[in-house]
Amino acid sequence: MPTQYYLFLALAMFCIGVMGTLMRRNAIIIFMCIELMLNAVNLLLVAFSKMYGHADAQIMVFFIMVVAAAEVSVGLAVIVLMYRKVHSVDINILNRLKH
Amino acid sequence: MQEALFWVLTFIAIACSLGVVLSRNPVNSVLFLILTFFAISGHYILMNAQFLAVVNIIVYAGAIMVLFLFVIMLMNLNADVEPQKSRLIQLAGALSGGSLLLVLLAATRTAILSPLEKTPNDIGLVENLGKVLFKDYVLPFEISSVLFLSAMIGAVVIGKKGDEPNREVASGEQLDGMDNLIRVDESPSPHTTQTASSSLEAEEFNA
Repeated sequence: MPTQYYLFLALAMFCIGVMGTLMRRNAIIIFMCIELMLNAVNLLLVAFSKMYGHADAQIMVFFIMVVAAAEVSVGLAVIVLMYRKVHSVDINILNRLKH
Repeated sequence: MQEALFWVLTFIAIACSLGVVLSRNPVNSVLFLILTFFAISGHYILMNAQFLAVVNIIVYAGAIMVLFLFVIMLMNLNADVEPQKSRLIQLAGALSGGSLLLVLLAATRTAILSPLEKTPNDIGLVENLGKVLFKDYVLPFEISSVLFLSAMIGAVVIGKKGDEPNREVASGEQLDGMDNLIRVDESPSPHTTQTASSSLEAEEFNA
C-alpha cells in the first residue's frame, strides 16, 4: 500500500473537518469537527511511523489522544456553562467580545 | 484482501465524516463520528498499530463520544432547534474547505514517500510501545498525568460555577444573554456600597 493513499485520506478528512468548522453554528458540532481534524493528523502520524519503522510517532499519537481527552472534558464543561447562561449553543450569540 | 479492506475503510471514513458535517440532527452527527473513529481504528489495525487501535476505540469511541452524547442529551438538542447558517455562508465554507484540500493535494502530490511494506512489522505492538514509552518518554507520561488532574479539577470548577445564576433564574430574574455572566461576577459591585454610604450620610443628615 503506498503511503500517498494514507496522506490523501488524512488530507480529505482534515479538510472535511475544516469545512464543518466553517459551515456549522452549533458549538458542539464545531468541537466534533475539531476532533475529526485531530484524528486525521493521528492517522497520518501512524502512517509515517509505519513508513519509517519508528515507534516515536505512535507515542506521539498516544499523547495527542491524552491531550484531546483533557481538552474535551474542559471544553464540554465550558459549553455546558454557556448553555446554562444563555440557553443556547449557537455561536452567533457569543459575539459579545466584538462590542 | 488488504487493498480491498483499505478502500472499504476509506469509503466508510470519508462518508461518515461527511455525515458528521452535513446531518441536521446533532445526535446523528455523534453517531457518524463514532463510525468514523471505528473506521480509523480499522486503518490502524491494517497498519499493524494494534495498541493505538484499541486505545482509539476505548478513549475516543468509548469515553469522549459518550461525553458528547451525554451533553447533547442534557441540552435536548435536535434538528428543530439546530441553528443553521445562511446558504451563502455554507457555500463559502464548503468552497474554502475544498480549495484548502486542492492546495494541500497539489503541494503533497509530488512528495516522494517510500511504501509501507518495507519496514519491520512489530513496532505497533504493546510490548515495543510500552518499552519506548517507559524508557524514553517517562517524563512526558508523568506530566500528562498532571495535565489530566488539572483538567479534571478545571472541569469540576467550571461545572460548579453555573450554580448561582440558576438560582437567580429560579427566583424570577430576567435572563439577558451573557450580560448575566458579568452581572453575577460583579455582585459586590461599587454600586451597592455607594448606596449604603449615601444612606449612611442621609441618616447623619437627619440626626
